[in-house]
Amino acid sequence: MANKIEVAFKIDDTRAQVRKRRFNDFEFGEKIKEVFLNDVYTIDHDFSNDDLNKIGCVLSNKVIEKFVVDEALIPKEFDFAIEVGFLPGVTDNIGHTAKETIEDLLKMTFKDGEGVYTSQITFIKGQLIEDEVKAIADSLYNPIIQRVRIKNKAQFKEDLGMNTIVPKVKLHGNIEADEINLAEMSDDELLEIGKKGVKDPKNGEFRGPLALSLNFMKLIRDYFKNVEKRNPYDIEIESVAQTWSEHCKHTIFASPMDDISEGIYKKYIKGATEKVRKDKGKEDICISVFKDNSGAIEFDDDYMITDKVETHNSPSALDPFGGAITGIVGVNRDCIGFGLGAKPILNRYGYCFADPEDKWPLYRDQKRTNKMLSPKRIMEGVVAGVNFGGNCSGIPTPCGFKYFDKRYKGKPLVFVGTVGLMPKDVDGKQGHVKKAKSGDYIVCVGGRVGQDGIHGATFSSEALDSGSPATAVQIGDPITQKKLSDAIVKEARDKHLYNSITDNGAGGISCSVSEMAKECGGFVVDLEKVPLKYPNLEPWKIWISESQERMTLSVSKEKWAEFKSLMERRSVEAVIIGEFNDTDRAIVKFNGKEIMNMDMEFLHEGLEYYPLKTEDYKVKFDEPDMPVPEKLGEVLNDMIGRLNICSYDFISYQYDHMVQGSACLLPLQGKGKVNANAYVIKPRLDSNKGVVVSQALYPNYSEIDAYHMAACSIDNAIRNAISVGGNLDHLALLDNFCWCSSQDPKRLGQLKDAAKACYDYAVSFGTPLISGKDSMFNDFKGFDRDGNPIDISVLPTLLISSIGVIEDVRKCVSMDCKFDGDLIYVIGKTKEELGGSEYFAYLGEKDGKEKFIGNKMPEVDSDLAKNIYRKMYEAIQKDLVVSCQSVDFGGIGVALAKKALAGKLGIEVNLSKIDISGDVERDDYLLFSESQSRFIVTVDPSKKEKFESVMRGLPCDLVGKVVNTNKITIRGLKGNVIVDEDLDKLNGSYRKRLSKY
Amino acid sequence: MANPKVIVLTGYGINCEEETAFAFDKAGAKSEIVHINDLIDGVKNLKDYQILAIPGGFSFGDDTGSGNAYANKLKNNLKEQILDFVKRQTLILGICNGCQILSLTGLIPATFGKYGEPQVAFRHNSTARYECRFVDVKANSEKCVFTRGLDVLHIPIAHGEGNFYAENSTLERLEENQQIPLKYSYSHGDLANGEFPINPNGALLDTAAVCDESGRIMGMMPHPERAIFFTQSDLWTLEKEMRLRSGKELAEVGDGLAIFKNAVGWF
Repeated sequence: MANKIEVAFKIDDTRAQVRKRRFNDFEFGEKIKEVFLNDVYTIDHDFSNDDLNKIGCVLSNKVIEKFVVDEALIPKEFDFAIEVGFLPGVTDNIGHTAKETIEDLLKMTFKDGEGVYTSQITFIKGQLIEDEVKAIADSLYNPIIQRVRIKNKAQFKEDLGMNTIVPKVKLHGNIEADEINLAEMSDDELLEIGKKGVKDPKNGEFRGPLALSLNFMKLIRDYFKNVEKRNPYDIEIESVAQTWSEHCKHTIFASPMDDISEGIYKKYIKGATEKVRKDKGKEDICISVFKDNSGAIEFDDDYMITDKVETHNSPSALDPFGGAITGIVGVNRDCIGFGLGAKPILNRYGYCFADPEDKWPLYRDQKRTNKMLSPKRIMEGVVAGVNFGGNCSGIPTPCGFKYFDKRYKGKPLVFVGTVGLMPKDVDGKQGHVKKAKSGDYIVCVGGRVGQDGIHGATFSSEALDSGSPATAVQIGDPITQKKLSDAIVKEARDKHLYNSITDNGAGGISCSVSEMAKECGGFVVDLEKVPLKYPNLEPWKIWISESQERMTLSVSKEKWAEFKSLMERRSVEAVIIGEFNDTDRAIVKFNGKEIMNMDMEFLHEGLEYYPLKTEDYKVKFDEPDMPVPEKLGEVLNDMIGRLNICSYDFISYQYDHMVQGSACLLPLQGKGKVNANAYVIKPRLDSNKGVVVSQALYPNYSEIDAYHMAACSIDNAIRNAISVGGNLDHLALLDNFCWCSSQDPKRLGQLKDAAKACYDYAVSFGTPLISGKDSMFNDFKGFDRDGNPIDISVLPTLLISSIGVIEDVRKCVSMDCKFDGDLIYVIGKTKEELGGSEYFAYLGEKDGKEKFIGNKMPEVDSDLAKNIYRKMYEAIQKDLVVSCQSVDFGGIGVALAKKALAGKLGIEVNLSKIDISGDVERDDYLLFSESQSRFIVTVDPSKKEKFESVMRGLPCDLVGKVVNTNKITIRGLKGNVIVDEDLDKLNGSYRKRLSKY
Repeated sequence: MANPKVIVLTGYGINCEEETAFAFDKAGAKSEIVHINDLIDGVKNLKDYQILAIPGGFSFGDDTGSGNAYANKLKNNLKEQILDFVKRQTLILGICNGCQILSLTGLIPATFGKYGEPQVAFRHNSTARYECRFVDVKANSEKCVFTRGLDVLHIPIAHGEGNFYAENSTLERLEENQQIPLKYSYSHGDLANGEFPINPNGALLDTAAVCDESGRIMGMMPHPERAIFFTQSDLWTLEKEMRLRSGKELAEVGDGLAIFKNAVGWF
């Protein structure tokens, strides 16, 4: 019999007050009068009443909370009670900690299968109809991972509270490997397996998609028929599917495309880096590129820095909170799993969402029973997930962006990245080199294995009671990973207790073990030794499960005892699951029986690439044909309030960006706290050397020309870094391609163009691409609210991230205007380049229509840009620049306004002073053109000559000065005042759009 | 004693141990980062140290309340050792998560000498959200070793549960006894009076720190260890430009270092 402890506040509960306010703000006006919360612990173990009271004491804070045992804690006033708890098998972090606390308190241990489960009851007082109560419940829970129960007051009192539910996982699966008779299957059957998965011999159900094409299925069939001369086991097919997946092998980037026989990855991405490294010669900054979990460049004599950016899109669409946590802590492991283990020192984030105000529902099925989460839910969940994952892990998260377009409504894009610090020398060995040795133990450390993330999420809303199957969606557990991370990078690494380490991400141990085995030759795994969350998991599931917070290490036999003892003392589970060898065979046993025995060569290199064709995708878009708006001041207010430009300080403030004591340039700058677009940290407490990070993307430009889109993204990511003091000669880039419909030759045409620009511009700027990732099918196929089919594909999105080293952080420059009287310069060439711009989008949307795209988009002159960037660096190093803002979305108008708001100082400029060579004829275009390679800087008047002498020969126009007023005044092409706006009003416009979140 | 020995606790999600140890060392102490399990296992013992620091972090992921599970671990396994440590002429500093842990273990404010009995609490912020931002705090207590002689400090906070609460009788006693050594204030020193975001979490009496009656044990929600360099402040680039124009050298240190210097200077 399970026991229940309920905890509630005896004074005001701020969580409940905020929840009430948010319900009312978003939906209910003032209808909801009171909200109360009870935290419920359901304890599946027999304890005496005395013990339960002791447990209640440690699970509550007696100064502010009260608790009861095995009864309901009922607030005086409420009309409805809504309880939300987890489904079986979903990670319950609080339950896990409560269990550990109880074990420590009573010095006992829970038996296998026993545990503590948490839920929360929300009591609501207010006159609401049933549908409204249901809407509240829907906003509190996610059916994929949680269960909900609603009771009205009468029922709640009659039942003496909520019912006791123990969401324990019980599996009655067949726990043997099944032989699959591939040899005799028709093409249709092979195709079906490739699409839907292996058919379970017992119940005839398909086990979930393998994403193997008919060609690949035939390769597998022929291999087993002709080489192994037997039928494969299910686990062998699953293993090949994981290893050959688009996710692991990047088949689209690797396949021949048109006349590029080596594929666009080798030619354009890797090719660019090889060329840059050659060109730079002795000045090469790369240390480890394209071969490990992260890329690494030089930092100082003793350290290198690593960087990696990932995406976690599909899981975040289903369970935004859990998906985002899993994303951020997952990419942390790409850092910990680099070389012998780098220490995470900075997190990146980036979100592409639909407008959170968009209320039109989408459904996955025609009957409209399976509703997509709303853009608002997705945004709030993702933002909160990275908050939880990043903050709990003690890694500063200053660096990020948000971008909105309705084409992210079917699938959001969630970018997460981690920068690491890695000693060059680890106990006499090179830090970035790892090698599993034949005879080493294969060791799994960290979390346990469950059914999480097998073939993505499959789920059932009936899974409410004891005895149900576990659900497939996983919530990350950052603390389990933090313990693991600390034990590895702060202790075990420097004692050289292991020879190799890698992350368990996609494909779980099937991928990590076979990847690492390439370093020595082969492996034997005893699968029954893998620690499980619950019994009776089938062997193929253990092998490919993507349960989080786990890493695989190669530990030599002599070091095992010391390694094991250290992990035990740090509460990290470490288990030997097999041995590496040099037999060239990949062998898996389960309870002694061999269920996988394949050639390593076939597993890794057995796939063939098939040629891809591209087509021209370019179309001519309508040009906006509208007169110059009369009130450009109003337009500037509208522009700075647009979703892609407005403040997102609600994100910056809730992400810890100062932990580790490394912060130098923060995400919110100046007295006015305006979101910056580059950030600087000082990762070593004992040195003034810094790391600058930034990023850029222009998805809207992809529609016009993906080549120039990529060029602009590269230029912008570099320019942001330069704007705060970055050095072009010590700067590297990362690429993340998030494409759509990648079987469509037109989409491939855009992809090829974008990749080619990556080559051209990375080479021209001398900035190597050190790491990248692609996600090729971000498409949604579903139904609208009338049951009509609807397809939504994301805009072809290329995120370019930049990372560089700064010699002395004390030279860094922030964006805010600092003193009245300072001179304002526009650096770089302004042209009439508004195709794909925020302004054209605004012109369309202002009239309630689609956004205008236009055609004449910005193009990058990298020779000019390079000169500007080198001279800007020189000026900043000489303390000649007081503030600097890189010009991006919304052009000069928005950049000027942001600088004024950040400094809380007025601005007076005359834009007719800009040398536009007759190219721009309209004031609005001059204000909002998105021409690249431009900055706005302020300069101390006493340093005017020195500054101008450094910039001599480059486009550098003195346009005005900082003034001690509360106004931004801009004169246009004819010298007349076109904008004369109050800063308070602009500040309000800048902050309004996302202020509710 | 010139260089007091500091034990900086870590483990289970504490995450500010390195910068806290660095700050103590910079102030002249000799610090050592020790995992709580090494203390429980007897590998290390508090009797070998003069200062105990419990840094910030997310011990046990804030599950069951910020600091609660870590405080329970201390109480279940190290209660006697800690009480013995308190009896000696020692100092204890809890920062952020460490402050929450000190209040839950009853080491602050321990009015009437009741060490071990929780008397105050840090609830969820009034925004019910994690807040990471710079604040100003005004030092108010000459009794508290850590804040003696200080005025206004510009240092950051980063927490979800920093909203100080105590019953009225306790509040009165804390005020009388100078046991609220830091209060959220404007930069000129006037108290926030609950005004957000000057008081970033809704704390009663603008309380940012609490100490015991002896002034040797302090828990503070802000992070002084994140403000030991000039370049850590949110407005240092403005300060730098001011100094350049008036011909002054760049400053080296940030406001937070004074807390650590006071601690080390006490020995």
